[in-house]
Amino acid sequence: MTTPSQTVGPYLSIGLPWPDGPEVVPEGTPGRIRLYGKVFDGEGAVIPDALIETWQADADGKFGTDFRGFGRAPTNDDGEWEIFTVLPGALGDGQAPHIDVNVFARGMLNRCITRIYFADSDSDPVLATVPAERRATLIATATEEGYRFDVHVQGEGETVFFKV
Amino acid sequence: MTFRDDTDTHPLLDYPGYKSTRLRHPKQPLLLLPQRLTELTAPVLGEDRLGELDHDLTRQHAGEPIGQRIIVHGHVTEDDGRPVPQTLVEIWQANAGGRYRHRWDTWPSPIDENFTGVGRCLTDRQGYFRFVTIRPGAYPWGNHANAWRPAHIHFSLFGRAFTQRLVTQMYFPDDPLFFQDPMYNSVADRDPKAAERMISAFDYDSTEEQWALAFRWDIVLRGETATPTEEPHA
Repeated sequence: MTTPSQTVGPYLSIGLPWPDGPEVVPEGTPGRIRLYGKVFDGEGAVIPDALIETWQADADGKFGTDFRGFGRAPTNDDGEWEIFTVLPGALGDGQAPHIDVNVFARGMLNRCITRIYFADSDSDPVLATVPAERRATLIATATEEGYRFDVHVQGEGETVFFKV
Repeated sequence: MTFRDDTDTHPLLDYPGYKSTRLRHPKQPLLLLPQRLTELTAPVLGEDRLGELDHDLTRQHAGEPIGQRIIVHGHVTEDDGRPVPQTLVEIWQANAGGRYRHRWDTWPSPIDENFTGVGRCLTDRQGYFRFVTIRPGAYPWGNHANAWRPAHIHFSLFGRAFTQRLVTQMYFPDDPLFFQDPMYNSVADRDPKAAERMISAFDYDSTEEQWALAFRWDIVLRGETATPTEEPHA
């Protein structure tokens, strides 16, 4: 029987962030992108005590290489987070390129799992299970500063969350 | 290969007794994410993530922290007993007076200049971990009238797959504050036995004479679903 989950609480920022947490790849890496966004609660207020974690394949769609693949960033007082990575490649199993995401925060008794895609796809087996009107919540928007992915934990435009 | 579903063990995200869940839980149903390559792999986070004294929270400053010195140790396994070796374990906690070293924690209990309250280690090749720290104090919070958090240590684990990721809290035996704690009861209401798995055991055999008390806490991550065995030919 597994150990139950508990919230990270309000003080996660003393323990979980790493100085290089957001640097999935170091500065100067070819193809490096900024992936960023804000986290909002059910009334549209920003969540300043959340932690975003990302896990992804490398640019060739591979795991188990030297590529760290893992990013971790706390939100700041404005609810903003950012990581620096490369676009994941396709795994070759029919899924579109994606990044798995954990959201932790005070008030969350368990992690909330979501996924970042970079384009809609009719053939992706996971997106195919998402009602059309909610798919946009899983797709990062290309901007001048990188790719933006906001998380709406609850309410209008609620992000699609998964059970794994 | 996939990992067994353990949904029933965990608290629901919507738990009115813990007020902060109100605006921080999804209202739409969770969709099923099939366990494929991304979900069946995890980052390799090794020795390079550790500082020399990360496992000993009593030796990270010039002086020694105030409080009861304790050893917190245990075994990380999957739910079929398979050990989880070389996995990163991260902890954070309040000091002996129940105060966190965080700018938002301002309740009138002193900061301890010799205690940060943050530790990291890797499990060894057999899946065991060990920290030396100070027994954390309970502290008040604003959830309900005269609300107090039972003493606890926050734990974060990765395992070998995204699916196994776990963040939880370790409690101490016989804490008189459980009855009014919504975090503990978010589990106990659903399954009292599951809640007991969050409570460490006093471990006299691991105490160190003239030095430290000890608590043992074993952590169980999701294990693989049983592999169907081949049917024998009739």
